Amino acid sequence: MNLILVTFIILLAFTSYYFGRKKALVIQSSQRLTALPKFYGYYLAAWCAAPALIIFALWSVFEPSIVKTFILQDYTDQNLTKNELQLIYTKVKALAAGTYTGNITNFLDESANKYIQLKGIANSAKVAIILAILIFSLSFAYRSVQKNDRMREPVEIFLKWVLFVASLGAVLVTIGIVFSLLFEAIRFFQAVKIFDFIFGTHWYPAKTFVRDGQPDPELMKDAFGAVPLFAGTFFIAFIAMCVAIPIGLLSGIYLSEYAGRGIRKYAKPIIEILAGIPTVVYGFFAALTVGPFVKEIGNAMGLEVSAESALAAGAVMGVMIIPFISSLSDDVMTAVPQNLRDGSYAMGATKSETVKKVIFPAALPGIVGSILLAVSRAVGETMIVVMASGLAANLTMNPLESTSTITAQIVVILIGDQQFGDPKTQSAFALGISLFIVTLLLNVIALSVVKKYREKYE
Amino acid sequence: MNSFKKNLLKKRYNAERRFQWYGKIAIGLALSFLAVFMFQIFSKGYSAFQKTWIVTEVHYDKELLLIDAESPSKDDLENADYYDVAYKAMTSLDPGLPEEEDRQLIQMVSYKYEAEVKDLLLKNPDYLGKIVPIKLTASDDVDQVHKGNYPRDIPEEDRRVNDYQLQIYDMLNERGDILSEFNISFFTSPDSREAELAGIASSFMGTVFSILVCLAFSFPVAVLAAIYLEEFAPKNKFTDFIEVNINNLAAVPSIVFGLLGLGVLLAVFNLPRSTPLVGGITLSLMTLPTIIIAARASLKAVPPSIREAALAMGASNMQTTMHHTVPLSMPGTLSGTIIGLAQALGETAPLILIGMVAFVNTIPGTPVDPAASLPVQIYIWSESAERGFVEKVSACIMVLLAFLILMNLAAQIVRHKFEKKWS
Repeated sequence: MNLILVTFIILLAFTSYYFGRKKALVIQSSQRLTALPKFYGYYLAAWCAAPALIIFALWSVFEPSIVKTFILQDYTDQNLTKNELQLIYTKVKALAAGTYTGNITNFLDESANKYIQLKGIANSAKVAIILAILIFSLSFAYRSVQKNDRMREPVEIFLKWVLFVASLGAVLVTIGIVFSLLFEAIRFFQAVKIFDFIFGTHWYPAKTFVRDGQPDPELMKDAFGAVPLFAGTFFIAFIAMCVAIPIGLLSGIYLSEYAGRGIRKYAKPIIEILAGIPTVVYGFFAALTVGPFVKEIGNAMGLEVSAESALAAGAVMGVMIIPFISSLSDDVMTAVPQNLRDGSYAMGATKSETVKKVIFPAALPGIVGSILLAVSRAVGETMIVVMASGLAANLTMNPLESTSTITAQIVVILIGDQQFGDPKTQSAFALGISLFIVTLLLNVIALSVVKKYREKYE
Repeated sequence: MNSFKKNLLKKRYNAERRFQWYGKIAIGLALSFLAVFMFQIFSKGYSAFQKTWIVTEVHYDKELLLIDAESPSKDDLENADYYDVAYKAMTSLDPGLPEEEDRQLIQMVSYKYEAEVKDLLLKNPDYLGKIVPIKLTASDDVDQVHKGNYPRDIPEEDRRVNDYQLQIYDMLNERGDILSEFNISFFTSPDSREAELAGIASSFMGTVFSILVCLAFSFPVAVLAAIYLEEFAPKNKFTDFIEVNINNLAAVPSIVFGLLGLGVLLAVFNLPRSTPLVGGITLSLMTLPTIIIAARASLKAVPPSIREAALAMGASNMQTTMHHTVPLSMPGTLSGTIIGLAQALGETAPLILIGMVAFVNTIPGTPVDPAASLPVQIYIWSESAERGFVEKVSACIMVLLAFLILMNLAAQIVRHKFEKKWS
């Protein structure tokens, strides 16, 4: 139904485009046109499609909730909680669709009939309203075409609005992220104290699983302490940076200061391949090759090593991050003005002394920025940890044991079927919002540092 | 020059050489990681492109098939009972085997061998009543033995293939009845719990659909947004806010987008779970900032003289943009889009959250059918313990990497071939 309506609107818009253009040619025989003929077409088409589609979209968004309030009106005198009402509404919908399998009470049956009726009314009302709007807006537009009003300006203003709305898309995504995370996280913090979440040292959400009714609040207190996850996240990120910073920075320096054009041209893109490999592939590599390898070496040295160690995950993550640091630091060091180098050489400094004492300090803000970006990458990395570093949240500083991270726990909690309204599911959103805040902070700091640095040399 | 100075100079030159070596070593390390990595994947994965068959003889005995009609129709063949015929085809390999031990033989082929026996007759109805040779898919374990991935000299109880099965395998191998052919079914069959039958068709289609949905949603919005921000936006607080927003969005971890997809697309809009449609929309939100940034950069690279010339000819701002600036910026935008899509192609975590990890053993035909995607398939298979899946994972990775390389090549070609060089 909806599809037919939208297709109809779009087809009508196309026809009105051709119609408008033709009309313009007719007008041309008697008066001077105010714009190219195709603008007459665009004008009609825009007036045809835009109002109808906007109303259609609004209708589709609001219709379900309005129907829901109508249905649930019958239940207001029964003192039901929000969740129970939701359940009833789901049942009514299922019954109306003919997929309900529970026992059917009279009341439910009545509601289902009412639902079907309301849906029918809503559908025909929608078609009627949209047709009315189409007729109204098209006749309005046609009148101004007939009057030979200015055509190009309105069309361009309309296009500009379309562009503007598109640019709001990115903002909308951010708002969507913040709200979807906040909404669930707030409900989580109603069940679990925010203090217990941030400072608790015991993460074991599976404990709160109860088949019916509410989990024991005492258990909840001890099950959602996120400190092991925060610690694990930064610990693995730290291991990754221990691998990535020396290798990345030294390759960046070599590429920008020493390498000839030929080497630079080939080595840089090849190193960047490392960043293009999907993380799930790294995860597989870490779990299958690096993990056992680390374990073997550890055992040979007489150490107790878990097959899923933080070290394996961190090291592989470090390899993945090398190009972020090497490419960015290469860029910032290449951007250091040549006269600084020349000055240093003129004083008799060798190349490495110039790099260490002049170029590196000058490029430091940019390099710090790139490292911060890399850290934010490492903190948000999911698949490597899920696959290579175990899923038990141990609070440990031993790189040879397995630990878990925020991202890995989100995956563990949400894999498979989720039940909304369960504190376990909501805890994933609470973790998500803390992850979002951490990466956002890192990113804002990194970008402002880089920006300041750029201003210095431009 | 006195010796002190000479020594100092020597020291400094040594430090210089050492420093250069550090750089070379760092680059060497980075490159060798890549090499080791590729080597591992290829050495583990190439054998997945070979499929092992066991050749035996099958007698399409009318009595055993329970077919009564003189000249049976297609339906009769369809509804016949193939259990005994298939069973006999396998046990005939070693007629002396006591009946209670027959599982050992049956386990050497895939559990779908009955269906394979059936398919052969349905394809060639004239085989009815005849004894014909047939190729049956070898079981995962026999497959691994044939590829040499299982050590044979360890004690029997540590092996997944026992002595008797090895003996049969050796006999068949000597007779030339173990065939190794290019594994077409890896590309044409959907996922399966059995390593020898599992293929990437379902996840491949899932990936294709999600990428198409992602493209359809992200490309138009991103290009329009970039045009607005670069060409029309007034410089004020609000557009600054949008810009900061886009830059930050580009750095949000992908799993957060998965949470968004779960919390909004599934919970609020009630879109179907586990489908490429939802996966594609989630990925498109993630690709949006990447494409916007690329499109803005390439719009910025169009020299102002083009705009000025158009304006001087009497074009309006909108006409200048749509007729001149945007077409000239398209190569850069397109290559940025392809790179953004390549990133989306490798994403796993958000797709797991919206339920694309479900076991799917049908090939999806539309974006609203449940499906997996290639990276998620890698994750699913890597959770399985069998050796057969390790090889499948590596092969799947090779397919994924080939895909990525192709996309990046396409981006390069678009950029170099069509981009105009100014100056």
